[in-house]
Amino acid sequence: MCLAIPGTITKIEGTDADIDYGGVSKCASIRFAEDAKVGDIVLVHAGFVIQKLDRKDGEELQKLVDETMRSIR
Amino acid sequence: MEDCITLEHGSGGAKYRELVEKVFLPAYSNEYINPLNDSAILSGAGKIAMTTDSFVVRPLFFPGGDIGSLAVSGTVNDLAVSGAIPRYLSVGMIIEAGLKIETLQKITASIARTAKTAGVSIVTGDTKVIEKQEEESGIYINTAGVGIFDEGRIPPSQKIETGDRIIISGCMAAHGMAVMNEREHLGFQPPIQSDAAPLGELISAVLRNDANIVHAMRDPTRGGVAATLCEWAGADTDILIRDADLPVRPDVSAACRLLGLDPLYIANEGIILLAVSESSVYSVLKDLQSREDGKNSRVIGEVIQGSGNVAAETLLGSVRKIRMPRGELLPRIC
Amino acid sequence: MNYQTEDLAAGIRKLASEVGDVTIMEVCGTHTQNIRRFGIPSLLPGNIRLVSGPGCPVCVTSQEDIAAAVFAAGRENVIFVCFGDMMRVPCRAGSLEKLRQAGRDVRLATSPLDALKIAKENPRKEIVYFGIGFETTAPHTAALVEAAERTGTGNLSILNVHKTMPEAIRYLLRGENQISALLCPGHVASVTGSDAFSFVASELQRPAAVSGFEAFEILAAILKLLDMIRKKDPQCVNMYPQAVTREGNRQAQELMDKIFKPCDAVWRGIGCIPGSGLAFRECYAGYDAKKRFDIPHQETEEPEKCLCAKILKGEKNPEDCVFFGKECTPDNPVGPCMVSSEGSCAACYRYRP
Repeated sequence: MCLAIPGTITKIEGTDADIDYGGVSKCASIRFAEDAKVGDIVLVHAGFVIQKLDRKDGEELQKLVDETMRSIR
Repeated sequence: MEDCITLEHGSGGAKYRELVEKVFLPAYSNEYINPLNDSAILSGAGKIAMTTDSFVVRPLFFPGGDIGSLAVSGTVNDLAVSGAIPRYLSVGMIIEAGLKIETLQKITASIARTAKTAGVSIVTGDTKVIEKQEEESGIYINTAGVGIFDEGRIPPSQKIETGDRIIISGCMAAHGMAVMNEREHLGFQPPIQSDAAPLGELISAVLRNDANIVHAMRDPTRGGVAATLCEWAGADTDILIRDADLPVRPDVSAACRLLGLDPLYIANEGIILLAVSESSVYSVLKDLQSREDGKNSRVIGEVIQGSGNVAAETLLGSVRKIRMPRGELLPRIC
Repeated sequence: MNYQTEDLAAGIRKLASEVGDVTIMEVCGTHTQNIRRFGIPSLLPGNIRLVSGPGCPVCVTSQEDIAAAVFAAGRENVIFVCFGDMMRVPCRAGSLEKLRQAGRDVRLATSPLDALKIAKENPRKEIVYFGIGFETTAPHTAALVEAAERTGTGNLSILNVHKTMPEAIRYLLRGENQISALLCPGHVASVTGSDAFSFVASELQRPAAVSGFEAFEILAAILKLLDMIRKKDPQCVNMYPQAVTREGNRQAQELMDKIFKPCDAVWRGIGCIPGSGLAFRECYAGYDAKKRFDIPHQETEEPEKCLCAKILKGEKNPEDCVFFGKECTPDNPVGPCMVSSEGSCAACYRYRP
């Protein structure tokens, strides 16, 4: 379950935020990410921000994969 | 004239006449409809194409169109994909009592405008009024369309052949998402625009060129591109498309991702699919891409020997099966 | 070094040759969908099997709860608000989609806060919101209750069928069974924190990997699980660091804890799993639609021969069921696994070669 999509916060008004998904925007609640700021990339599920996303995107995962791949060789 | 349509407007008397003379005639005005005869007398001997369709979309107005413009472009496109030149349309309306006359005027104006763009005449019509079924009064439109064939133009066989390439003339899923956004108050900003448009001239640009061998053409409306491909795949053919080549506008793609929907299954009203011989791909694309309404045309797949399956090569290189869509496509959160 | 999916597939093949037969269970409907969508099983060697557990909140909503929804939605003066996922789920009493087609006021939500908006716009109607979902979605319902309290919106109630993962996982993986490792749901973990799944390794002695949803992310998690199996070193590893931390989303957890308390819950196809549900705490019981509408207890049974219960537990595959593809199709679903487009049987039907 749990369809959640990344987007960028473009505006905040109280606990409501406008999130840009690349071409289209929709409102979401930041009730669970009250320290979120405009410009943050966030994960949105069913109309609520559930997590701020690590800007370094795939870097950490690549490191974890690298650890495992090295031990395989 | 009063504000709203009443049952009296549908009963054929003075009020009905007033509606025709004040709302419909001024908008449609042409030599066929102006006499207001029981039948329009039309010219055009030889083979003709005829189609009919009904339009019950709600909401009546959506970004990029309305039930009126949709009625015209939908009917025109059904004629055009059969290889005919759309010429004449009838417009039958069933109006729910309570509909504002102003709304009717807007829809009528939209019908007239779209007809003009498409080069067709509204030659006859009919209006009935019924009690309203829901809280908001609506309107249902039925059209019949007639088209003729240019000298020498052979209508496509509408049968795909092994070796054909599948071409799409533009981006997918815009209409379905536009209407869903509006109807379910999804709140996408800016509101997603429908792609609804008459495509007669786009299709003419392709069929006019003798170098183009078109085996099948369809406008992929309800059920999306997936439904058309599933209908095309025959007893001895399979269709293989590539996810990487499917064009979708960024806003539509984002909206689909957010709602857990696959653009392949969502309605279109402003694009066509063509199955063309391999030898004429380059020339068909050139003819399509030279036009504004065909600038995003591209090859999305091919027809191979098979048994009626449709599949898509994923971005990963694996293959997923495309099946006939079933039921209303609804957004999901899980 | 920038690894690609092909590299992961090669790494998985190498590890698979060293581990014998392995069964990995995932418990997330979006994992089920995406694994099929990306054709991941075709990239795995034959001894690595992926099975779908009960990760689809739609699939596991009991027939009784769906009947309760149909009952509430059928009431005059009620506007029933729910996510699209639940619309088509059938039970003996009907379905929400059928009610919608028959003209009842059933509305689509993409956020629970839609229900609040509808309640404010329709003060003379009763709005019932269908609260389905696991820990990713339960906080949202809690936020809805909080907002309703704050704004004094009295014409709103919630049909609460929220469930939580840990007890269900314990129930499934306890004792002898074939499951070698668990692919943990990345977005549930976003809220609960990856530590919430550490019990899978420490208590149940199985490797666990919190996984994202793109092909690369899923393959990376599978790679890690196989590595832990090979080393006989069960840990709970977070393979979705972009979106998951060890402690998760505290604000969401706190609100959930304020509004809800654990309770027993009936999972369709499985039965009662103690402590796996969420019930309103006493002071919020006024928002419970079951109490407000005095919804009758409706006993419903699973159709005989439907293998959903075993499929959910990973003991059988959709193709093993006599109904699959014949009486039971996405058009005409018998059990929960065919109902939701993310259910094991629906996914298998749609993507089978």
